[in-house]
Amino acid sequence: MKFRLPKRKPLTEAAQSFTFTRRTMVVGAIQGSIGAVLAGRMAWISVVQNEKYSLLSESNRVNLTLIPPRRGWILDRHGKPLANNRTDFRVDLIPQRVVDAENTITQLAKLLALEPDDVDRIREDLDKSAGFRPVQVADKLTYDQYAAVSVRLPDLPGVAPSQGFSRHYPAGATVGHLLGYVGAATAEEYKARKDPLLITPGFKVGKDGLERSFDRFLTGKPGAKRVEVTARGKIMQELTTRPDTPGRTARLTIDAGLQEYAGRRLATQSGSIVVIDCSNGDVLALASMPSFDPNSFSDGISHLEYEMLSKDDHVPLRNKTLQGLYPPGSTVKPMVGLALLEAGVSPQDTITCSGAIRVGNTLFHCHKRRGHGPLNLRGAIAQSCDIYFYQMAQRIGMDRIASMAHRVGMGQKFDLPFPSQSYGTVPDPAWKERKYNQKWQVYDTVNATIGQGYMLINPLQMAVMAARLATGRQLNPNFILGAERPEPAPVGVSEEHLVVIRDAMSAVVNGGGTGGAARMNIPGVMIAGKTGTAQVRRITMAERAGGVRGNAGLPFKLRDHALFQGFAPFDNPRFAISCIIEHGGHINRAEDAPMIASDTMSFLFDQAKAMEKLETLEKAWGGPPAERQARQMAAFRLAKAIEKGEAPPPVADTASNAAAASNATTAASPPAGDEDDLPPLPGSQEGNAP
Amino acid sequence: MSIIPQPLTQFPWRIILLLLAIATFGTVVLYSAAGGSIFPWAVNQGVRFCVFAVMALTISRIPAQIFARFALPAYAIVLVALVLVELIGGVAGGSQRWINLGFMQLQPSEFMKPIIVLAVARFYAMLPVGEIRRWNAIWPALLLIGFPWALVLVQPDLGTATMIAAGGVTVMFLAGLPLRLFIGTGLTIAAIIPIAFSFLHDYQQKRVLIFLDPESDPLGAGYHISQSKIAIGSGGIWGKGFMKGTQSHLDYLPEGHTDFAFATMAEEWGLLGGCLLILGFMLLFRWGLRVAMRTQDKFFRMVAAGLTTTIFFYVAINLMMVMGLAPVVGIPLPFMSYGGSSMLTVMLCVGIIMSIDRANKRKARPGNWA
Repeated sequence: MKFRLPKRKPLTEAAQSFTFTRRTMVVGAIQGSIGAVLAGRMAWISVVQNEKYSLLSESNRVNLTLIPPRRGWILDRHGKPLANNRTDFRVDLIPQRVVDAENTITQLAKLLALEPDDVDRIREDLDKSAGFRPVQVADKLTYDQYAAVSVRLPDLPGVAPSQGFSRHYPAGATVGHLLGYVGAATAEEYKARKDPLLITPGFKVGKDGLERSFDRFLTGKPGAKRVEVTARGKIMQELTTRPDTPGRTARLTIDAGLQEYAGRRLATQSGSIVVIDCSNGDVLALASMPSFDPNSFSDGISHLEYEMLSKDDHVPLRNKTLQGLYPPGSTVKPMVGLALLEAGVSPQDTITCSGAIRVGNTLFHCHKRRGHGPLNLRGAIAQSCDIYFYQMAQRIGMDRIASMAHRVGMGQKFDLPFPSQSYGTVPDPAWKERKYNQKWQVYDTVNATIGQGYMLINPLQMAVMAARLATGRQLNPNFILGAERPEPAPVGVSEEHLVVIRDAMSAVVNGGGTGGAARMNIPGVMIAGKTGTAQVRRITMAERAGGVRGNAGLPFKLRDHALFQGFAPFDNPRFAISCIIEHGGHINRAEDAPMIASDTMSFLFDQAKAMEKLETLEKAWGGPPAERQARQMAAFRLAKAIEKGEAPPPVADTASNAAAASNATTAASPPAGDEDDLPPLPGSQEGNAP
Repeated sequence: MSIIPQPLTQFPWRIILLLLAIATFGTVVLYSAAGGSIFPWAVNQGVRFCVFAVMALTISRIPAQIFARFALPAYAIVLVALVLVELIGGVAGGSQRWINLGFMQLQPSEFMKPIIVLAVARFYAMLPVGEIRRWNAIWPALLLIGFPWALVLVQPDLGTATMIAAGGVTVMFLAGLPLRLFIGTGLTIAAIIPIAFSFLHDYQQKRVLIFLDPESDPLGAGYHISQSKIAIGSGGIWGKGFMKGTQSHLDYLPEGHTDFAFATMAEEWGLLGGCLLILGFMLLFRWGLRVAMRTQDKFFRMVAAGLTTTIFFYVAINLMMVMGLAPVVGIPLPFMSYGGSSMLTVMLCVGIIMSIDRANKRKARPGNWA
């Protein structure tokens, strides 16, 4: 501005002094205004935006941790707990916050004395977890272990010890498939629901069985704990705590005692038992053995245990009661008999069994080579004569049999609180046309009549069939105690016919029939039933000529399935039962389907006697399932160690043990493409059922 | 004539009391920042203030002429020290700022802040009056500023370099250089800022970008500013109360006792505390500039105004930084931030201004024994 002046002021000390004063004032003014701007800025932040920043400050300071709600109990029909909660101390890892995973795991392993299996599992879970999902290190800790980890927290970032509840199943393995198990939510579940509860350490969701189906019902409302935390996550003080609301209690129709008895009574076999209350369809027992122990699944199962379970040829990981499909074999004969009566066949009509019959150009045999001679319906069911049914079925045709099969529950998908069920097939001409685009042949009828060929059933359906034959009502299986349901529709057959069938089924057990082993030693209670054998292989003409090989001489996977369905008391049915022993082959009478079913049934009438018998038998099998499983696990672990060269090969005394263990491992892995469980090809099928 | 003895009336009571008030406030805030303990910060800071206050008062007794005589030699010494830092200095936090003297760590760039003012003022004081509109009035001053500025910038220490340049340029402005030079340069700088930006270090660029939008990276590089604003904003008008700040006590506010001490204070004392503190500093600057305007000597008036402005830059840059108006450059807030260097520098400035003030007062009373 000075330079624009037309007259240049002389540059003097005085002028310079004046300039200085003026410029100093400018500097002062600038400083003052910057000061004012700063004060204004501060007022803007602290007054106008106060609310926003106060909120941010609070969300910094206060950390809201969810308290996982206690899971609702699952009770049996008498109020006995099938699943409850146990207080425990546990330690989790929050993968995101772990700094040196290897070192942390090593230290924890030392502090908590973890098994190498567990360490491997933790490592694996840590690798797989998506960062936010806690990985369980250990639970059921003692207070001392919990305290030992807690005091070392500053050196162990990402380690979260907590006190909580863990799921407990008092009956162990026997309820494994019925109840399923619980576990930490997966990353997918969290992504789908975005519920912060899912990633709270210690919170478990139902993973299978009823735990999964009733998950929402059993899950309570989480509590919350507001704590003041530092930027490094150190908790300074607890502010407020809202307790959790436990989940609701689910009451099942299951009878805990019966369920456990059934599980134990299945012995060393791979099998299943379903018991249904004939008055209303309540399922009293749904046992599939061998099974995993839901307690160890809920804790996070070790790799080794899982490997053992998945390699076992007794398929402990499959719920056979709902997912196992078997050819029903002769157990369908009472149903076919009912269809015959409905179609006008008289109970007195006889057929003479000569041991074999030609259908088309194939020769169909009876299970009794020399034949049964002349038989009426009662005798045919009691003796399980194939020829009678081959002939009679050809008279009335497949459609009528299929109609009856549907009415007694075969092929029916029930409305069940389980994630999956396989519901089998009832073949008929229309079905075959649809499915294979082939015409129905006479031999198809013949096969279906004795429950072979395309026909498949699961154990629950078989129990339903027994209950419907027993009552003449279309009962539906139910698991929720006191559930509202409509009056079941009638099967649509006359009571007269039912009496004939029940009488014939009683004769199977009590009248010199094929099911004599199922006779129940309880005064005034007679069991009625029907045995069955489901072939899993084809018997060639050559083999038949040289004598059919006994099941005992066959490898496990080629042995026949043994089946039994029935009800008691036969004249006033209260309970219906089904029992299927996979590859049982009728080798061992005490571990065969009829006697297992009968003993299980007897538990409902005389508990003490049933238990006494079971305990005597169990001694021969090597103790209750938990004991046997622990022994199996030890043998498997040893075999693995030998395989890896970590343990010395067995010598002398222990040799047989270890050898058996390693045999078990090799035998346990089924050959690829093994489809033994599927029914034999129709047409090539030759009936053979006791 | 007053009955109070003259040495007492001459003693700069008002300014000492003002500084004492600010420093006491700073010490109280540090006491709270340490979670209600005088250790480790409050006691150090208090003792340091006493020591430096005595030093400032001692400096105020030194005849002002000494400063004029030693301005350029001192400048030369510090410049050599800056070169030495570049050659043998210790590296701390990615910057080379320190010389280890064995018994203490010396940060020469800190001394350059007041000395650049003395040196540039000395140059203009020596310049004949008529030369002020010539080229000769400009280039030596630019060299005087340019050398230390460049040396500090490569340490790298953008904050200190900026303060050195600002201090020197302020003196040039006060010396009476044509105004259009400043306006023209200002416009030029505005034009080349985008180019200069590309020459900044990555971490500096990041700081600048994040300063422009702190919320873009609230957990990373924007964390400081975000948390500082939360601390100030949540304090409200009256503050959360002494010892009740959560941002500082729960460690959310980084550097809560050093560069971000103002945020620590604001959280507990609110807008009220902040305004009082700003007012306190404004009074300090007013005193400094009034001393300058009372001074007849060219050198001394430029020094008084220049040093006042140096203190002002500390305060302004720091406050702008904590309030999210400037990038994080690591300039402490005098008397509030824990640390000796900045307090030493500020007290040196205050001491020199007091010395100039004393010289003025003596001249104003020629009848006295001085």
